[in-house]
Amino acid sequence: MLSPQAIEKIDYELTKYPADQRQAAVMSALRIVQTERGWLSKESITEIAQYLRMPEIAAMEVASFYNMYDLSPVGKYKITICTNISCMLRDSDEIVNHLKTKLGVGFNEVTPDGKFCLKEGECMGCCGGAPLMHVNNTEMHEFLTVEKVDAIIEELQ
Amino acid sequence: MATRKAVVDKTSLHKPVVMTDLKGQTLVTLRTLTEENPASLETYIKLGGYSALKRIVTEKTKATDIITEVKTSGLRGRGGAGFPTGLKWSFMPRYFDGVKYLVCNSDEGEPGTFKDRDIIRYNPHQLIEGMAIAAYTLGARVGYNYIHGEIWQDYEIFEAALHEAKAAGYLGENILGSNFNFDLYAVHGYGAYICGEETALIESIEGKKGQPRFKPPFPASYGVFGKPTNVNNTESYTSIPWILEHGGQAFADLGVPNSGGTKLFSVSGHVEKPGNYEVKMGTPFNELLELAGGVWKGRKLKAVIPGGPSTPVMPAEAIMAATMDYEGLSKARSSLGAGSMIVMDETTCMVKALHRLSYFFYEESCGQCTPCREGTGWVYRVIDRIVNGKGKMEDLDLLTDVSNNIAGRTICALGEAAATPVLSFIKHFRPEFEYYIQHGKSMVESQ
Repeated sequence: MLSPQAIEKIDYELTKYPADQRQAAVMSALRIVQTERGWLSKESITEIAQYLRMPEIAAMEVASFYNMYDLSPVGKYKITICTNISCMLRDSDEIVNHLKTKLGVGFNEVTPDGKFCLKEGECMGCCGGAPLMHVNNTEMHEFLTVEKVDAIIEELQ
Repeated sequence: MATRKAVVDKTSLHKPVVMTDLKGQTLVTLRTLTEENPASLETYIKLGGYSALKRIVTEKTKATDIITEVKTSGLRGRGGAGFPTGLKWSFMPRYFDGVKYLVCNSDEGEPGTFKDRDIIRYNPHQLIEGMAIAAYTLGARVGYNYIHGEIWQDYEIFEAALHEAKAAGYLGENILGSNFNFDLYAVHGYGAYICGEETALIESIEGKKGQPRFKPPFPASYGVFGKPTNVNNTESYTSIPWILEHGGQAFADLGVPNSGGTKLFSVSGHVEKPGNYEVKMGTPFNELLELAGGVWKGRKLKAVIPGGPSTPVMPAEAIMAATMDYEGLSKARSSLGAGSMIVMDETTCMVKALHRLSYFFYEESCGQCTPCREGTGWVYRVIDRIVNGKGKMEDLDLLTDVSNNIAGRTICALGEAAATPVLSFIKHFRPEFEYYIQHGKSMVESQ
């Protein structure tokens, strides 16, 4: 069941749309529930669809279309690193290799303690700060160096 | 222009802010950057903000007069297509029985593009005012600013600015005591490049996967929830208050013929000071490069993608001779796009650069049109085998052929966007591709 906190947040999003367009809030609803539960299970998506009175398959279509929704567990901290051209030119490969070695995982893998998951992201629209990464879809870290990555991971540990 | 004071940046947790020197820039859309607290309502009002909206709603300026002023300004769509904004506004039906919508496209996700983000986090109120003026002009009752999902901290800054503007009477019911009503909301994407395409963006606002609609009908007649909708880019709306404060002609005079005003250039890649630079349209490329500190590490310039990967790459000599405006770059056989300049120095392997770009388009194709869905995969796999030393000489013709069969055969412009880097990289750097195929390794030493 959706938590009262999640419902409150989804209801706020619903105020942005006409009353007969509840489906419009699905992008936010999926984000809100994912943030609360860590990832989106089929059950979570069903609950959201029921709350917004839309077909489950339509909610699933949205959840599987956009990259930032996670349809499997991603650990406590999901680190998404951009490897697109502007980041590549600023040596994002070096940061990727360092993260893989440090965490002992490849892309789309979760560390055995369930703490970290590493993902390869597409352009995040912050290329002036390349190389960069995201933690849990919200926290942007720019101008990365190996030392800086170590400090960030240290803080999350 | 004054140099920037300390920027109070709520989003800065572990990072320094992208700090570009304001010297040599002409600030229109980022004019609050000279101030200590650039995003606040107080700062914006101090600089004359909301005065244009106030005058318009008080004097009840005619919509046609505003559209004329915008046409005079020479403002063209800053999202990449460069369509004249005033003309676009005139497509909206004047009389419509029901709600008309206004949409701002802040879903920048084309590699190298990061200008709208700085407007949202440093000058949100000018965007809000620009949208309110557009809503007044076009009779739109409700507006949405669709913000790239990855810049969550900046989305929150914009939401806060919306609440601030509403509390001060610039949004909502009876704006500034007039009978003009406009509700503006922030909505977000969640990781899909295609939603930068206006009809995919509209689908996404409606809570669907972002697959572009066939046009016509255009959004002006069938947009959000099937209602007339005007969609402009963030930088376009943000230029509007300045145009109405100083007059369309003053804006046009900042630039060159057919390219009015200033432009935000996002400079990334191999420069000393990556970041956004707002300069007059028609500024020579070499001046812009100088503002960005020049090519990093004292290296030589090799190539520049001037407007995001959907615009053709230009070799150093061509871009060094070009001016940064719509005609300047089209004469040089490329395009201004969104002004997203990706600078590559002499150590860049063009085969590997194209490899990365082709993966991006493959990953981001929405899958709706067969030529794009299948073609981008073909292109990626062929370049991938070249990079892995298994390329054949005939692959270069194959790449050209596949790309030509994507472009022009899809519902939206992602097809052309995916084909452009392939065709332009091979055209300008063919020997590098041939070398890679023959030797199974890059021609560039450092690789």
